[in-house]
Amino acid sequence: MITSIRRIFISQKVIPICSVILGILFIITMLAPWIAPNDPIAVNLAFKLQPPSWEFPLGTDHLGRCNLSRLLYGGRISLGFAMLIFISSLTIGLMIGTFSGYKGGFVDQVLMRFCDGVMAFPSLILILGLVGIFGPGLPQVILALMLVQWVYYARMFRGMVLSLKEQNFIAAAKISGSSQWKIIRNHIVPNVLPPLVVMGTLEMGWAIMDISAMSFLGLGVQPPTPEWGAMIHEGKSYIRTNPELMLYPGLMIMLVIVTFNLLGEALSERYGVKRRS
Amino acid sequence: MGTYIIKRIMSIIPIFLLAAFLTTGMIHLSPVDPAEAYLTAAHIEQTDEILAQKRHEFGLDQPFFMQYINSIIKICQLDFGISYVSNKPVWDEVIHRIPATLQLALGSLFLAVLVSVPLGFFAGVKKNSAIDHFSRLLSFFGASIPSFWLGYILIFFFSVKLDLFPVEGIGTWQHLVLPSVTLALPLIAMYTRLLRTSILENLQEPYVLFARTRGIKEKTIMAKHILRLAISPMITGLGMNLGKLLTGTIIVETVFSWPGFGRYFIEAIFNRDIPIIQCYVLIAASLFILSNLLVDLIQMYIDPRISRKEGQQR
Repeated sequence: MITSIRRIFISQKVIPICSVILGILFIITMLAPWIAPNDPIAVNLAFKLQPPSWEFPLGTDHLGRCNLSRLLYGGRISLGFAMLIFISSLTIGLMIGTFSGYKGGFVDQVLMRFCDGVMAFPSLILILGLVGIFGPGLPQVILALMLVQWVYYARMFRGMVLSLKEQNFIAAAKISGSSQWKIIRNHIVPNVLPPLVVMGTLEMGWAIMDISAMSFLGLGVQPPTPEWGAMIHEGKSYIRTNPELMLYPGLMIMLVIVTFNLLGEALSERYGVKRRS
Repeated sequence: MGTYIIKRIMSIIPIFLLAAFLTTGMIHLSPVDPAEAYLTAAHIEQTDEILAQKRHEFGLDQPFFMQYINSIIKICQLDFGISYVSNKPVWDEVIHRIPATLQLALGSLFLAVLVSVPLGFFAGVKKNSAIDHFSRLLSFFGASIPSFWLGYILIFFFSVKLDLFPVEGIGTWQHLVLPSVTLALPLIAMYTRLLRTSILENLQEPYVLFARTRGIKEKTIMAKHILRLAISPMITGLGMNLGKLLTGTIIVETVFSWPGFGRYFIEAIFNRDIPIIQCYVLIAASLFILSNLLVDLIQMYIDPRISRKEGQQR
């Protein structure tokens, strides 16, 4: 097993393999309403804790709900919202970071001191504090994650812009009369994309972990909505009789995070980008 | 060196002020009025009169700047207000829950260091050996397993199937085993990785070649030169991860019904017990700041070059 993992790494097949796995997962979870065999929230106590059958391929939970359907719908929430967090915090970070780095001076100072302040604290504590104030619920968790995450992107983009700003092709574009916006769009953004892809894949893994952890604590997705972390939370009472209730969603979380991490690592090796630890 | 220490200690004051600012400002972001939250949590009927009285009591009718100054003064006196639910001072409630959390955190930290130092060291020294592959596999999966799930998997195998350890609660050392393993695994993953990378980097340094040409024994070079310098990023990691450890205790305490500060904090979130939430965030932030300070000082002791290039450092 160890040697096979090594071979995958060396031959750089890991990037296509992981992308395919993630692509498949993404498609089947997004298509959940059409391919799920049953309604994920339809309670039917007559069918509770059923073993796998043709009607319920992975059995049912303590309320007689189809496990497979819940897993599919749950992935929709985990993956979909991780994507949303990634894209929105990236967009905010990209705009503020590039603007700050490009502009420099006082604006830059104020923005970066603010980022320093946010980064001075462990992100999960800030998220928990925000959720504590706004109250439990998925929108609050998403908002808190976004509010904390964009800072890291802003910092990264600012650093890259600062080093790019001194390059000759930027000066050439300036001399030839390009507008500020055009320089940012045509010259700076394309250059910061590779590290962004690396950071993005790793970030997706973290976002999924955070969303499911919050739901597990009961602070994120509220029942009966299916979500992987929330499913583990619900399944934990049946650990003695039906351990598969918490096994399936956990395996799904792990599969997604492992793939994202593998992909992120392979990408960072290929593009020579350093990871944030 | 002395000025470096003083400078470093002074530098935490603005961060403390910022933390206090954030926790004071937090209430004003809340969609719920603290006075209302108090009355709901304490099951008191809400009338305009009582609300106004409570707002005055909490100092919410003062300008924000005054509230901020007042809260700093109160924090310095360890006065975090009164819990809405139990009506007791927050600090008294918190202080007898901290030892349980500390026991868990220190237990897993100890375990993490105990495993990751030898593992990372040998993985780095003997690159591509079996132990190196094992360490990489471990650090990979350790970073990818959600700790709340790992906790239940451990409970399932070691408590339900094998009946070796108790499922939940606190008391004997057996109670401590599963929670600390759960909490330690992500740390082991990270520290092993950090130490391995750092050892590999240090092996390339000219001082190793120099020591070898001087005929110093390989063992001495490894133990006295390389390990001493290579451990530095790991110590930084230790300080940086204290926050992770703290948030980890929240999850692990929930999984194992460990009566600590983290679980109390989660309960407080459900009860909208704002003073406890503020207190937790503030304590977590302070711990994080202080541990970073401690880490910097330890590093300065290990590698005195740091205090000399202070201009570039911070």
